[in-house]
Amino acid sequence: MDLENFLTQHQSAILKRWFNFIIDTYPPETAKLFKREKDPFANPVGSTIFQGMQGLYQELVREIDPETASPFLDKIIRIRAIQDFSPSRAIAFVFVLKDLVREQSRAADDPEETLSQDDLTSFDGRIDRLAMLAFDIYVQCREKLYELRVNEVKNRTHRLLQRANLLAEIPDQEPSL
Amino acid sequence: MASVPKANELIAGTDHKPPKTGWMDTPVEFRPGTWCYSGKSKNLEVVGLPNPREWSPIDDDWKLPENWKEIIFEGLRERIHKYRSFQLFMDICVRCGACADKCHFFIGSGDPKNMPVLRAELLRSVYRKDFTLAGKILGKMAGARELTEDVVKEWFFYFFQCTECRRCSVFCPYGIDTAEITIIGRELLNLLGLNIDWITAPVANCYMTGNHLGIQPHAFKDMIEFFVEEIEEVTGVKIEPTFNRKGAEILFITPSGDVFADPGTYTLMGYLMLFHEIGLDYTWSTYASEGGNFGLFTSHEMMKRLNSKMYAEAKRLGVKWILGGECGHMWRVINQYMDTMNGPADFLEEPVSPITGTKFENAKSTKMVHLVEFTADLIKHGKLKLDKSRNDHLKVTFHDSCNPARAMGFFEEPRYVLNNVCNHFYDMPPNTIREQTFCCGSGSGLNTDEYMEMRMRGGLPRANAVKHVHEQHGVNMLSCICAIDRAVLPPLMNYWVPGVDVTGVHELVGNALVMEGEHERTTDLRGEPLEGMEDSDNEDL
Repeated sequence: MDLENFLTQHQSAILKRWFNFIIDTYPPETAKLFKREKDPFANPVGSTIFQGMQGLYQELVREIDPETASPFLDKIIRIRAIQDFSPSRAIAFVFVLKDLVREQSRAADDPEETLSQDDLTSFDGRIDRLAMLAFDIYVQCREKLYELRVNEVKNRTHRLLQRANLLAEIPDQEPSL
Repeated sequence: MASVPKANELIAGTDHKPPKTGWMDTPVEFRPGTWCYSGKSKNLEVVGLPNPREWSPIDDDWKLPENWKEIIFEGLRERIHKYRSFQLFMDICVRCGACADKCHFFIGSGDPKNMPVLRAELLRSVYRKDFTLAGKILGKMAGARELTEDVVKEWFFYFFQCTECRRCSVFCPYGIDTAEITIIGRELLNLLGLNIDWITAPVANCYMTGNHLGIQPHAFKDMIEFFVEEIEEVTGVKIEPTFNRKGAEILFITPSGDVFADPGTYTLMGYLMLFHEIGLDYTWSTYASEGGNFGLFTSHEMMKRLNSKMYAEAKRLGVKWILGGECGHMWRVINQYMDTMNGPADFLEEPVSPITGTKFENAKSTKMVHLVEFTADLIKHGKLKLDKSRNDHLKVTFHDSCNPARAMGFFEEPRYVLNNVCNHFYDMPPNTIREQTFCCGSGSGLNTDEYMEMRMRGGLPRANAVKHVHEQHGVNMLSCICAIDRAVLPPLMNYWVPGVDVTGVHELVGNALVMEGEHERTTDLRGEPLEGMEDSDNEDL
């Protein structure tokens, strides 16, 4: 079976196992609630991660287009980048799909229904591209976090001095024509 | 054949699985971004807080007093007798779990110790061990544990992670107010000198100078006058506020954040414009120059001391009543605690709006009226000329700040004002607003920069709901009536929902307010061009 058909046919099974893998990286009491609660406002972590995974899965069925894949990856990584995970753990969910797809393929009774080595290599390539994107997004999120912190300190001090009339700043000049 | 690790083996051995030990035996880890700097000794000394010293949460030795256990047990005993509510909260929880997934820090972090029930258990387990028979005999089986230094460290970590927003208490069938447990937890920690700089510095400054940053009277006056100039540039109207004026009818007090921190400063411009336009006989005070009360995050006694300053100043100036600006926890203190701490304020008069004649009976005892309520009353009586279209460049939603919402039931007034000053208002989903509002994630003194990572976790549920209205309706402005919100929601939006800015309600009032003698406005209070005015010449502004 070709890769696209295989991924489409097994979408719900693979997505379910993938979702469980991510959510099981949280403590068991938490994982139970993140899996159970369907209201996206009561459970933004569970629902956002699931939405992101659904989108990413569609990307994997086709080829990876960084433009369209990034927003889905961002949904998941933006959350995990500020939670209690090391960087590798935060983006590990991308790699685990290699295992999940292989296991799903091995489980097929009919050899016709399994994936060929070529298909697996092609799939691994897609995952690797996704992993590179994930790395970029993770770093962007952490950079943003520190930028926010620096800006907060800078604004606080500078604006305060300015408002208290303690600064003699050079006024903005109109460019001479 | 080469041994190729499986994908999930690549990541094994890191922090994949949660700890194997139970919650009672898993000590906390102080990672950067998840804890606040400790209180400086000079700030503790100035207000007489115990055990002033230099220390850090990442030190092994927290330099506790020698008899620290005795201090905690004595402190616990005293509070159990003093506050019946506290004893009830210790005894009646049946661990039903209704609160478990209601805390914004739990939802955003996934840390089970942020489930309100478990956060309270951190203290309850110690209470059981030494104050209940079952706990004394059965120990762990009855949910009891020994008080150790690790337990104290855990308290510090989690009681300075709860923002005392009280969302969990809305869902508790017994009405347990977990915020009050946090309040007591922090009081106990304070007995050992365990507190955070972002709270103790504002407390000390407020006590000594009158506001959180220690802005002195002349600088405070300069700052307000800075805005007078800004207003004149935008509107052409010259405003002349007064300071420490004896005999004024009303004393106006707002959080000092409005004076120095954007975007609260634009809200302050809105206050000044409104008061000028209706000809209000009011004064600012450069001594009671802080609406916020970080004493609430320290101890009941400290809250009382700081609150009393506002009333002492009202008495000194001889005003009739106090008008309060857009603040969060100031209103919790006024509405829930002031009356039995420092009240009733019999030397003041029952507040009556000098413009509409409305009696604010709800403020009969505290003599302090919320500005949004005051403005809603002005609008209801047709006393303001408003041009909503001046906010047409904004699509606005409203974040119910926890304290006015849950501690005052203040839901309709801000929405009434907003609907009268802007044409595009969209509420967030029902389970994220009004009584069920999600905290900004940085309240109760946790709005410090070193805590940014944790703040992003705590603010996630709020941001998620803003994201929804941003995507559905193109919302680009998040309004609120709390100075901490105005300070912390901008970075929260920047991380989770770029494209959404933050405003106070009275900034929007200021934009819409048609003032006597004003020139044609081409920009809003921020200098942003009004709709249809994008091409006008703003060089003079």
